[in-house]
Amino acid sequence: MDELTIRQLHEKLKNKEFSAEEIVESSFKNIEQKDANLNAFITPTRELALAQAKEIDEKIARAEQIPLLAGVPCAVKDSILVDGVRCTAGSKILENYIAPYDATVAQKLRKEGVLFVGKTNLDEFNMGASTENSAFGVTKNPYDETRVAGGSSGGSAASVAANEALVALGADTGGSIRLPAAFCGVVGLKPTYGTVSRHGLIAMASSLDQIGPIAKTAEDAEAVFEAICGRDALDATSLAYQYESLSDFDVKNLRVGVAKEFFGEGLMPQIAEFVKAAIHKLEQAGATVQEISLPHAKYALAAYYIINTSEVSANLARFDGIRYGKSASRGQNLLDIYLQSRGEYLGAEVKRRIMLGTYALSAGYYDAYYLKAQKVRTLLQHDFAAAFTDVDVIMGPPSPFLPFKIGERTEDPLTMYLVDLYTVPVNLVGLPALSLPVGYAQGLPVGLQIIGKPLQENLLFAVAKDLEKLV
Amino acid sequence: MISPKEVLHIAKLARIELTDAELVKFQKELAGVLDYFEILQEVEVSPVAPMTHAVPLENVYRLDECKAKVDGMASRLLEMAPETKDGYLKVKPIL
Repeated sequence: MDELTIRQLHEKLKNKEFSAEEIVESSFKNIEQKDANLNAFITPTRELALAQAKEIDEKIARAEQIPLLAGVPCAVKDSILVDGVRCTAGSKILENYIAPYDATVAQKLRKEGVLFVGKTNLDEFNMGASTENSAFGVTKNPYDETRVAGGSSGGSAASVAANEALVALGADTGGSIRLPAAFCGVVGLKPTYGTVSRHGLIAMASSLDQIGPIAKTAEDAEAVFEAICGRDALDATSLAYQYESLSDFDVKNLRVGVAKEFFGEGLMPQIAEFVKAAIHKLEQAGATVQEISLPHAKYALAAYYIINTSEVSANLARFDGIRYGKSASRGQNLLDIYLQSRGEYLGAEVKRRIMLGTYALSAGYYDAYYLKAQKVRTLLQHDFAAAFTDVDVIMGPPSPFLPFKIGERTEDPLTMYLVDLYTVPVNLVGLPALSLPVGYAQGLPVGLQIIGKPLQENLLFAVAKDLEKLV
Repeated sequence: MISPKEVLHIAKLARIELTDAELVKFQKELAGVLDYFEILQEVEVSPVAPMTHAVPLENVYRLDECKAKVDGMASRLLEMAPETKDGYLKVKPIL
């Protein structure tokens, strides 16, 4: 069962080759065998998955039609609410928080009949690139358990790579879907900002956050994306959008841009080699390839961390020890409760970002940091718009690094931030980008990042499907 | 470079109590990140407007009307609060 795609699973389920209940058992066999080591899940939800499976099996027994995603085991990042299930966001402060409702994406997938097998590990409140910032321990890389799975959606990517789930939901603020997908050898999509509702996603940086799918193949990721996208009255930034697959894609008409800024100093040579080889295969198949430039890309990381931390400082004000989550009990007055609850139950990276953002937004510094960063964002948007007049997609590596050793980058926060170098420009501008596995260097997965114009997810999937056959 | 006094001030604004060890650690780390932000001084931004959103969206309006309530939602939300009394969140004195 581990080798099936969504479409294959759907056919076999319909033809009664196995039941939805057996699918759950198969997932949980892998979870029981592997997850004590991998730590992809914070909260496995076997009972929920079995209850959902029962409904599907009853429908099949009554010879009713079932949706494509019915019976598909799905892991959900633990910053996305699933009604009645604990949702920690990887933080001590939410250790006992039970989601009182479904996120819109969870509700949509529930209606499609997916089986929620569990909530996956992440860097606390999505802040990190390795899941080492989780209060529930690090997620290990399924290809090498001494290395990280990437982050922040590390549990989601690892669970799919280890066949604990067939698909997963992640959330990407600065690379948190694409990076772990690349590190775990799976496909991950960061959709165009606004195509997927953020309602029920515990917010980190609201102008950057976007939920997206992680899967083993581009076709499977596409099926999940199609199910979760669209306008939602509960997210005012969501767009009226309906996904349509490209039926007439021909690689011979594809113009690929290779951004020279994504091949700069610091990029591991093995990664450059695999990424260039994949692009070369497309060229051999008839695509045209040209070098492009994004002159402001080198400023993206600084601008990103100013905007991210500023939005973090505002969004995380809600964790105050009063409305939800844990509360320090020693305090005598309200201010003590705030100070002590946040001091005690928030992790180091979260405190760092809240303080950086508070600083960047504080009196006298706003123009120098936040306003400037927002203007750099505009310049970067101009760079991408100019590049996209000549090319249809832009390609490069998702990260300068291969999966690194656990503990290798935790000493200095900046060394961790640098992992995001090639993923953050996309979030600043709101573009869609997909990470696709294209090879293995020293046994570790290497990914390729494909960046598209706004709302051209269908082109990204079409290119990815062709590339899967070529590499 | 950001001083320990400034870090304490920021922590207070952010409502985070720091231990002495955290203060030393964060002062060094924040200074490092703020130093990295200096790279933006190279960029000439005067000709452009700040970007406030990734996708151009006009104001989104909806009718201000009562939607169907979910049964028991209020109590489910309250159950997640550390302390409640008679259906209200309970807070410590502010003075």
